[in-house]
This record gives sequence, C-alpha cells and structure tokens, in this order.
Amino acid sequence: MTTGVDLGQPQAQAIRSDEDVVRVRQLVRSVAVAVKLSLVDQTKVVTAASELARNTLVYGGGGSVEVVIVDNGRRKGVQIVFADSGPGIPDLDLALTDGYTTGGGLGLGLSGARRLVDEFEIETSAETGTRITVTKWSR
Amino acid sequence: MERVPILKIGDILLVSIQLDMSDQTAVQLQEDLAERIVDTGCHGVIIDITALDIVDSFVGRMLSTIASISKVLDAETVVVGMRPAVAITLVELGLSLNGIRTALNVERGMELIAAARADELDYQLDDDPDAETATP
Amino acid sequence: MALNAEESGRLAALLGGHAEQVTARWTEIVTGSLRGRLSQAELRRQVQDLHSAIATTAGQGVVDLSAESSGELRAALTELSRGRARQGFSASETTISIFALKDVLAELVQKDGGTNALHDYIAFSKLVDELGLFTFESFVRTRESLIADQAEQLLELSTPVVKLWEGVVAVPLVGTLDSARAQVVMERLLQTLVDTGSPYAIIDITGVPAVDTQVAQHILKTVVAARLMGADCIISGIRPQIAQTIVALGIEFGDIATKASLADALRHVLRLTGVETARRQPRRDV
Repeated sequence: MTTGVDLGQPQAQAIRSDEDVVRVRQLVRSVAVAVKLSLVDQTKVVTAASELARNTLVYGGGGSVEVVIVDNGRRKGVQIVFADSGPGIPDLDLALTDGYTTGGGLGLGLSGARRLVDEFEIETSAETGTRITVTKWSR
Repeated sequence: MERVPILKIGDILLVSIQLDMSDQTAVQLQEDLAERIVDTGCHGVIIDITALDIVDSFVGRMLSTIASISKVLDAETVVVGMRPAVAITLVELGLSLNGIRTALNVERGMELIAAARADELDYQLDDDPDAETATP
Repeated sequence: MALNAEESGRLAALLGGHAEQVTARWTEIVTGSLRGRLSQAELRRQVQDLHSAIATTAGQGVVDLSAESSGELRAALTELSRGRARQGFSASETTISIFALKDVLAELVQKDGGTNALHDYIAFSKLVDELGLFTFESFVRTRESLIADQAEQLLELSTPVVKLWEGVVAVPLVGTLDSARAQVVMERLLQTLVDTGSPYAIIDITGVPAVDTQVAQHILKTVVAARLMGADCIISGIRPQIAQTIVALGIEFGDIATKASLADALRHVLRLTGVETARRQPRRDV
C-alpha cells in the first residue's frame, strides 16, 4: 500500500469525495505505523483523521490534508493538517461541544477528535475557511 | 462503489465487513440489510466487525441505525468482534452505541440471538391465562 | 578542546615513557575514592585499559574525542561508565576514575619541567575534562536505560490477567495505579477477553491503596469498552476508604456491578452463567 512512498516528506491528499476520506485514513495509518505509535494510538489518530476529513468534506465543501512526521527531539509523532476554504465555523465553542451538530451527525466529530489526539489547533474565519492541525506523539 | 455481502445462515443474516467502507458503502449496507430482513423474514442479524481497524462516528451511527431498523422489523441485531483498540477509541470519542447488543464473537452472537428469541417465546406463553393458575 | 599533533605527541611520550608509574599512581588515587568496593586487580586492569586507549590515541596524532580515530578511546570510556553504573557506583565515583588522571599528569609535568610545562598541563587538563564529561554522559545514559527497563519489567510483572473459570477472567490489581499502568491493564484485559472468548471480567482492586479521579476514570472506561465488545465487568474489593473517595469525588459508577470480594464477584458471575454452586452437606456419623 505504501511501497515507494517516502514518508519523510509531507504527504498530501485532496478531499473531494467519500473515497478520499478512506484514502486519508489509509495514509494516516501508514504514517502512524512508520513512527511506531502503539496500536491503540494508531487507532485513535486514524479515527480522529476520519472524523476531521469528513468534516472537511461535509462542512468545508472539500479541501485537502497534509500528513507529516514530526520530531521534537525526544519523541516522534504524526501531524495532520486539514484545510478547506469553506464558510468557516461561526461559533467555535459551540462546535466543540459534545452533541452539537448542524449536519445531522452525532455531533462528536470535532469534540471527539480533539480528545483522541495530543495537540489540537484550529483557525477559522469566513474569509479564509478552516484549518485544523492535530498531532499525536508516540509514547 | 463496493458493496458489503449479506449471508443468510438459517434464521440469521450474517454481515461480515471486510473492507474499509466509504460512507456511501455504509449507507448502502443499511438499505440492503433492511430489504433482506423483510425478504427473508429472518429474526436475527449479526454484524461482524472483526476486520474493522477503526469505527468512527459515522459507522457507529450506521450500526445504531441498523439496530433500530431491524428492531422495527422484528429482528435482533448483535455487533460482534469489536477489537480492543477500537472499543477504547470509541469510549474516548464519546460514542456509547446505545441500544446495540454486542458479543465477543460470532458464536456468542448466535447464542445471544437464540436466547433473545427464546425469552420472547416464553413471554408469549406466559400470557396464557391457564399458565397463571398452575403456580401455587 | 582537542589536542594538536604536537601536544598529542608529548602526551603520548609522557604516558608511554612512564607507563608503570602512571598506572600505579592512577590506581592508587582511584582506590582511595572507591573505598574498597572494587578489587585492586580489577581496578588496575581498568586503569591499564584506559591508559593504553589514551596513549594509543595520542600516539596517532591529534586527539579529538569526537573524531573517528578516537573510537577505541570512546569505547573504553563507555565500557568503564557502563560497568560502574550497573554495579551501583555514583556519578562522582565513576568520573573520578577519569579526573584522577589530572593529578597524575600534574605530577609528571612538574617533574619533567621543560618550557612547555604550563601550556601542556592546561591542554591535558582540558582533554581530561572532556573525557570526564563524556564518561558522565554515558553513565547517565546507562542509568536511564536501566530505569526504563525496570519500569517496563514492573509493568509486565504487575498486570497479570488470570482465568478464573470457563468464560471468566480476572485482573487482581496490586499497588498504585498511575495513568500509564492503568492503560496497560486496560488493553491487556480487553485483549484477553478476545483471546479467551470470555464474556465476564472481574477487576479486583483489593490491593490498590488509593483511587483518584483519573484512575477511577480509567477503570470506568475499561468497563464501558468491555461492554462495547460484548463483555461484562464486575469490580470487586473496594475498600471502605476508596468507596468514600469515590462518593466524595462524585464519580458515577452507574449500573456497574460492584462486589465486596473476589469470591462474591465470582459467585455473582457463576450465578449469571447458570453454574450451580452447591454447599456440600456436612457428613454425619451414624
């Protein structure tokens, strides 16, 4: 699945359809395996990526994702950046509340994904769209 | 788009999800399953997710919906084979899969369905007024 | 901090020319600091190894600890500090074996006199400092990896999952539960449920001295995760103080079954699975 891919380089993937969400999951998993995350941590970060990729597709009207290996000197980690040029998130606090949804989902995408990763940053505005950066470190 | 196969074994429909489903495939499975329950008159559905390495909120919701739909169609749904890492992640995600019965493996799932059916039959017998007088 | 070719040459001559004297004096100084915890013969051997490693490296020209040519010297220093770390010597007891060389060299340089005496002594002294620091670093690294290994072994040892009955497994938790250990326990318990196909698990916390919010959360999450997989957990051995803490912290155990002892929990599970536990009739003599 990942033969011939240089994982040292950032991996980019467009998010335009359902199938792209599946590809994002596979991409994140291969990188998570490469930095030797534990099985539970792999599962957590892939699940978070799945939620956020779906949000990018459904609420951001599509966008792109970039996966990169990061190293803070002591530990390695996976960093994933989701970017879209959609309408942005008007009320961030509300969007991060469990159970809140505008799209008919369970309202766990954003809030749940935040609990599954170690670092979670979000920048959003009506002009530039939404950019979410998440990081999961190996233990 | 790929489709998830549905097998009929006796009175039970067995769905073994072997691929990383796109959301569309998941929705299709939901529809296919409802149709098969009605067509076959089965009273039990086993969804085997042993091969799934993640369950996100979308798949979680699909499982809940399938359980609710089959309930309406008088069939019991049991989700079997969830991996430990998946279960831990779901707990962290905040997804409780309310209303879904679960079992460790297909065999236990079948036992669970059989027991549920037996309970239901017992219950119907208990309704019989003559049975009441038999107990002292 | 490296020695240039000229200085190296003089160092090599100094060490090589007085080999016996140097190692003897060196050993003598180090012996005093170790208070007889290492045999004289072994110490002498170590000092001779170091002496020859330094002399050889100096004999090759420039002495630079980070250079490729100093591989043998680095290996000798690493071996020394590793051995000391394993034997439980302190950091200063280890590094003094290197710093002792300074005293030896000071005496030698003084005796030889010569026009370069002061210059050489400063250069040699800097080199010894560098060697000492290197030794100290590798000492710390060895200790760190020892601690990491032990922590891992402790995790392995302290989280057994045992089969109690057909379809019933138990984890007797003993000792303080921190987040990392709770996580290991959680994963191992859940994996055992899958491997053995057991629909019941008993988490016994008789041996846990205290429960804080985080630990209680971990136990609760384990129970919920097990339920998602189709297994039921019973918590047993909750001591009075822990029960009070749980209530005081406002932790909701909800509909999770709790039993006073492991025996009660097992009886509870057996009743659920329909196993009859009969009390044997006392035998009556006729």
